Amino acid sequence: MRSIWRTLDPGLARDIALVCLADGVVGLSYGAISVGGGLDLWVPVAMSLLVFAGASQFLFVGIVAAGGSPIAATVAGLLVNSRHVAFGLTVSDLVGQGWRRLPGSHLMTDENVAFALGQDDVRQKRAAYWACGIGIFVCWNLGVLVGALAGSVITDTDAFGLDAAFPAVLLALVLPALKDKATRTAGLIGAVVALAVTPFLPAGLPVLLALLGLFFYRPIRTTPELEAV
Amino acid sequence: MDNPLLVLGAVLVLAAGTFAMRVAGPLMRSRFELPDRVQQMLGTAAVVLLTALVATAALTDGDGHAGIARPAGVLVGGVLAWRRAPFVLVVVSAAVTAAGLRLLGVP
Repeated sequence: MRSIWRTLDPGLARDIALVCLADGVVGLSYGAISVGGGLDLWVPVAMSLLVFAGASQFLFVGIVAAGGSPIAATVAGLLVNSRHVAFGLTVSDLVGQGWRRLPGSHLMTDENVAFALGQDDVRQKRAAYWACGIGIFVCWNLGVLVGALAGSVITDTDAFGLDAAFPAVLLALVLPALKDKATRTAGLIGAVVALAVTPFLPAGLPVLLALLGLFFYRPIRTTPELEAV
Repeated sequence: MDNPLLVLGAVLVLAAGTFAMRVAGPLMRSRFELPDRVQQMLGTAAVVLLTALVATAALTDGDGHAGIARPAGVLVGGVLAWRRAPFVLVVVSAAVTAAGLRLLGVP
């Protein structure tokens, strides 16, 4: 394990540290939004430790706080996290052997997978994957805890604009993937479908119905992409 | 809010399911390769879901409109993200814009 830190290139270590800090700040807003949305403090804290997947956590809280069913929120969260199957196949050599596979898999995020893919040799890939994964796990969970504690003090998170921060975070995460034209078409059609049915359906379902946009997905390239979603 | 046990169950199912999907790849390792088409669809499904969530979270509140301040904040954050501004700046600008507009009396 110690060899991870020795292997890491200083420039790469700095980039990873910045991403971990940014995720910590996003964690702050996640904790505050969750508690501000009416969830008990243990919900965002337990989710961040056990689920540890930001996008699905935001989705879960967004649906539940809007009055949707936790079951719909779980289904939506699982759908969002299904991309980890593809990630896992890509980074299977970096996750480790034997028991290390378990923590190694739990630490899988968009960020550390993207960092690992950006390195040239296997040692650097492995170091980037683990260092970024551990760093994000620590920063994210600390951020969420502090944010949740602060959020329980703040009664009206709308006054602080936290309701706008949540979709902005997701938009920033999803923008790079939307540069691909086929993906953008599917995403935009999905968004229009979701908006159109929102007045008529219970919370959670409109987002799931957005998957109809996949019928309009016509990829040109055949190489699989692993973008920071 | 909802029944805490239901929420706890939902959190545990989401956690178990997410871990299962994460560990599936390393367990299958090189013995099995998902077709490119399937991998692509998985990635795109996630993007489609997230895009729809951005749209509904930015523009709607319950069954109705979200007003002006929130979409304006998201727009500012989105433009900054598009211009490759640091993540922290994106988040803070979106929140400050929405909060500022509300201070000025914009819904």
